[in-house]
Amino acid sequence: MSTLKRGSIAVVGAAESELGQAAPHTSPLDLMAQATHRALDDCGLKLADVDGLFVAASQVRFGPMSLAEYLRLKPKYFDGTLIGGSSFMSHLAHAHAALEAGLCEVALIAYGSTQRSVSRAAASPREYHYYESPYKPLMPISAYAMAAARHMHQYGTTREQLAEVAVAARKWALMNPVAWEKEPLTIEQVLKARMVSYPFTVRDCCLVVDGGGALILTTAARAKTLRKKPVYVLGTGEALSHATISNMPDLTVTAAAESGPKAFKMAGLKPSDVKMLSLYDAFTITPVLFLEDLGFCKKGEGGRFVSGGAIAPGGKLPVNTSGGGLSYCHPGMYGLLVMIEAVRQVRGECGKRQVKDCEIALAHGNGGVLSSQCTVLFGAPSTV
Amino acid sequence: MPDLKQSSPLGVYIDHLNKGQLAYQVCTDDGSAVFYPRVISPRTGSTKLEWRVSKGLGTVYSTTAVYAAKGEPPYNVALVDMDEGFRLMSRVEDIDPLAVKIGMRVRFRAHPGNEKEPPYPVFTPAEGA
Repeated sequence: MSTLKRGSIAVVGAAESELGQAAPHTSPLDLMAQATHRALDDCGLKLADVDGLFVAASQVRFGPMSLAEYLRLKPKYFDGTLIGGSSFMSHLAHAHAALEAGLCEVALIAYGSTQRSVSRAAASPREYHYYESPYKPLMPISAYAMAAARHMHQYGTTREQLAEVAVAARKWALMNPVAWEKEPLTIEQVLKARMVSYPFTVRDCCLVVDGGGALILTTAARAKTLRKKPVYVLGTGEALSHATISNMPDLTVTAAAESGPKAFKMAGLKPSDVKMLSLYDAFTITPVLFLEDLGFCKKGEGGRFVSGGAIAPGGKLPVNTSGGGLSYCHPGMYGLLVMIEAVRQVRGECGKRQVKDCEIALAHGNGGVLSSQCTVLFGAPSTV
Repeated sequence: MPDLKQSSPLGVYIDHLNKGQLAYQVCTDDGSAVFYPRVISPRTGSTKLEWRVSKGLGTVYSTTAVYAAKGEPPYNVALVDMDEGFRLMSRVEDIDPLAVKIGMRVRFRAHPGNEKEPPYPVFTPAEGA
């Protein structure tokens, strides 16, 4: 049962901060503020118009409080839900409810991280967990590596198929001027790179860079009066399944199998309606799992599905056209940037990497160790 | 339900490990194995949790070899499904970490604790068990 209406709200502003390597002493809040300024400029709204505030960041413990102070905002509605990389899809779903209920009229979702500058260990300190920490898993890498190992065992997925995901991401990244990676990548290079946690080499793992982003959302009525074509929110779905990898019921099935159908149901759409996917690719296994769990192929077929350049430029299904967390940008909780690319594709702003007639795009966020899964479907004005 | 001023679930678990035992709980309302140890039963919310001692045999559910530092040999991290119906993270020892395979039978032993760290369960290969 969902009381939220498809198309009742829209993304009107979307922007990244500077990405890659920030200047010394740049703070995550500086990156959030820069992205906020750019996103407001994108839609023509002013900072004073923002009355809903949604913030998550691993380096800023009380996100809404800290960004409200920095921007001197007095938000009517705020939310600091922190469930890892999918926090921002969750924020968008909550903003949907708040905007529909009239609790706020202009919502800002913001994120910033300086994990390249301060180190990953400093940016995302791990909690000590008696039942896992003594074994010294490299977290989160080893958790995803064990999901990949299980998928390989159960379905015959190969390291070459996983490498296809990294190679496809790199090909897209070469068409994105702000992507971190600038050189081509081959399957052999992925396989022969330094092993980190078997079966993953460093090329199966996302980047560690600085960066941030912001999205501005408002009601459909107000969206129509703004600078750019609105990108409507057609459906959202959120799901949690566990916190620690030892408590994930089945390492080959994620809660995207719950969040996806919820989002499709709200939108009145099916996977074949989607023209482009933005899937959280923290590791090469995650797009494989999400393609299966979101209904783009059968369970176990994901490895074969991505083979032969199927999700690369010119393939049958465009996935992660920004270059993804693997080759474009991964500041630690990458979900906001996952949505920005989907929004730009629906707007038709992606230049060389633009997907033709991209009226419907799916953005999927993942958090923790495959723990939180949130799906958003975006649509062009023609879809509402 | 334990009196949390007297004892905690992890405290009882560690007491068992100090005796060389791998302990877990069973919810007597629905008969399910519960791990990690808790104050109340997940799902049912029941306080009827009983401590049991595992026979110590399990099967590797998934495994990875971790290359934590350049030049250092890798070590194993695994998820083990115990025969009694619960899963835990652990390490399979006495074998090349890359030779640990999904489906391998393994046997529990307690890794002794010290002043800095309590004891914790590890496993060794148990072919034929």
